[in-house]
Amino acid sequence: MSEMRRVTAICNGTVIDHIPSGRAIQVIRMLRVDTNRSNPVSLVMNVPSDKMGRKDVLKIEDLELSQEELDRLALISPQASVAIIRNYGVAEKRVVELNEELLNVARCTFWNCITQNKMEPLPQKLRVVSRDPIEVRCYYCGRGQNMEEIIENIL
Amino acid sequence: MSDVVTMDDLTNKEIMSILDDAERLVPVAKGDIHLPLLEGKVLANMFFENSTRTRMSFESAMKRLGGSVLNFTSVGTSVAKGETLFDTMQMVDGYADVAVIRHPRQGAAQYSADAIGIPILNAGDGAGNHPTQTMLDLFTIREAHGTLEGLNVALVGDLRYGRTVHSLSHALVRFGATLTLVSPEGLKMPVEIVSDLREHGAEVVETSDLAGVVPEADVIYMTRIQKERFPDEDEYAKVAGIYMLDSSDMSGAKDGMIVMHPLPRVSELHPSLDNTENARYFQQAFNGVPTRMALLCRCLGVKVPKKVK
Repeated sequence: MSEMRRVTAICNGTVIDHIPSGRAIQVIRMLRVDTNRSNPVSLVMNVPSDKMGRKDVLKIEDLELSQEELDRLALISPQASVAIIRNYGVAEKRVVELNEELLNVARCTFWNCITQNKMEPLPQKLRVVSRDPIEVRCYYCGRGQNMEEIIENIL
Repeated sequence: MSDVVTMDDLTNKEIMSILDDAERLVPVAKGDIHLPLLEGKVLANMFFENSTRTRMSFESAMKRLGGSVLNFTSVGTSVAKGETLFDTMQMVDGYADVAVIRHPRQGAAQYSADAIGIPILNAGDGAGNHPTQTMLDLFTIREAHGTLEGLNVALVGDLRYGRTVHSLSHALVRFGATLTLVSPEGLKMPVEIVSDLREHGAEVVETSDLAGVVPEADVIYMTRIQKERFPDEDEYAKVAGIYMLDSSDMSGAKDGMIVMHPLPRVSELHPSLDNTENARYFQQAFNGVPTRMALLCRCLGVKVPKKVK
């Protein structure tokens, strides 16, 4: 079965491979490819993987994700591999990297944080305090962030 | 920068040096010696939330050192008209040399420190931090025990919303304290703080039993269950009045054990305790003046003389 292509190759766009099994839908939401866009998206879940046992794969057509968009991926899928596809071939490989500070990636989820006032002009800042397991806190209020809630608060 | 937003902004060495400065400034705080170290300097007291002791002790500290104070409350000002904190603080940047801020929103002090150039002292941000209270608490503990090292400290009451205990616990573990956290289930210390304390190598015990911790403690730090921090009145009613100490509870305590409280109190400290040797909360409130004097001097880059006379 692993020899068989589950979805067709794409001509142009982005392929995100090695997403932890079951996380592809979160990745779609995190990258906001599910809203305000009409690009075709193919999603494969729970396929066998030598490296991970099981994995998810995403193929987004006619869209080259920016490095800034890909850095968001690191929050939920730091081991993902990303290829930019042009004319059916891999044109570039991009690295998913979790920075120490996430600037304007997501809004702090704590109800009483100063940044909840959307009129306040300073940037949203989250700090990565631990990488394994991932622990993220708001730079201003210091509250730990719940990953599920962060995905809902992506900017 | 010389902001003090959390206790992480001060090293242990700096903490001790500020406490030493504060100790020398006690006669100035009492009005016995005139020492206009901050003459010509202006402090903006930015209180977006009520305060009695913190606001007045900052004002007293600044004025005793010859400086002047602009007092701000959010009622009846542009904040009531919907002005952002960012804009309000831009104004302060032009009017004063140093600002003290208290705000109901957590993170407001760090936000202000990033927004403007003058030094910011955090006087309480929501349930976040209150480092200048911690400094006066450390001053009071050192005054009573002669050291901050290796003490057994029980923090009691509202550990979830109580910002004084958040800042104080972080500072105490840096001096090797053993912490006993006494609270009802719904008011436990936030998990990220407990995890930070343990990461510092601190011995942290969590319990809901106050009577059990009295015999071992060097310091019992009581806090008020803060009605205003509860999103829901029913939740408040479940825990109000859960911990109380009176003079009879002191018979089982160690010699030299002190009872502290950031005040105001409601029912958690019975007035019978006030005249015992253990009670330190009124002394603690006074200590806010010399400690805040020392902090203001540090923020403004003014050295406190080695001999104050």
